[in-house]
Amino acid sequence: MSAQWIAVIGTSVCAFGLKFLGHSVPESWLSHPRIQRINSLIPIVLLTALVAVNAVTTKSKIVIDHRVAGLAVAVAALIAKLPFPFIVIGAAVGSAVAYHFGH
Amino acid sequence: MSVKRDSLSLSLAVGAYGTAFGAASVTAHFTILQTCLLSLLTFSGASQFAVIGVLGAGGSAISGIATATLLGTRNALYGLRMAPILKVRGAKRVVAAQVTIDESTAIATAQKDQADQITGFWHTGFGVFLFWNLFTLLGAVGAKAIGNPSAWGLDAAVPAAFIGLVWPRLIDRKTRVIAAAAILLSLALVPFTSAGIPIISTALLAIIVGWRK
Repeated sequence: MSAQWIAVIGTSVCAFGLKFLGHSVPESWLSHPRIQRINSLIPIVLLTALVAVNAVTTKSKIVIDHRVAGLAVAVAALIAKLPFPFIVIGAAVGSAVAYHFGH
Repeated sequence: MSVKRDSLSLSLAVGAYGTAFGAASVTAHFTILQTCLLSLLTFSGASQFAVIGVLGAGGSAISGIATATLLGTRNALYGLRMAPILKVRGAKRVVAAQVTIDESTAIATAQKDQADQITGFWHTGFGVFLFWNLFTLLGAVGAKAIGNPSAWGLDAAVPAAFIGLVWPRLIDRKTRVIAAAAILLSLALVPFTSAGIPIISTALLAIIVGWRK
């Protein structure tokens, strides 16, 4: 079985497990302030790390290329408070333009 | 009545992001079937982007699953909040759990009376599920058809989607400092660890900071 298949099945099983857990355990189990605090910070660190690794690395090297141009457009769109699809499409357009100038 | 209208408009807006996921997933070398299964079965946007982001960057299945699962922990807390409102058992609880996501919980908890909370939860949950899966298929088929993803800028769409997801959470100095630390830690680890490790390692930052308050 490929890594992709293992990832699809594993992620889906764990995702459902967590959702069902919340519906099934007594409230006191997960309502500790420490758990709430860590839970609110986890998306911030993981999503930020995912931005960094997907934008400026290739295999195990730091690589600055056309993707950075796309990311700059995404940040500009966020500062301008544009909705999510514009952020993603803007980044794609910025990156594609930079890619064609570089080739 | 207005809760149903709110649910529908949110479902359409959020569901449309499914196009970005479908395209990003195919770009990260997942097949169209695998991409659609992720949207049907995982059905949690950030977790789905995470698993394809980690594997797309060359990470192992285990680090992809672990990163996606950590991002899914908030759904457990949503379930905790929804259970006393919905009061469902058996098969209905299984369905409720599957559609317990950011949007269904947000709409439900924004309503005043319990009947509206229940209506908001189910309408948003099913609405997002329907559109998210339809648009995922559209994005995946579209990306497959156009060929070289770099030429279309799709390799930048993945980090852009992540920055769009994290941006609204960077609300104060503390969250911005921890985000900056996550960038430094992950990039510092990239040359020395196998792919996927730099991302999941940043969870330690959240645990250390959250533990101490």
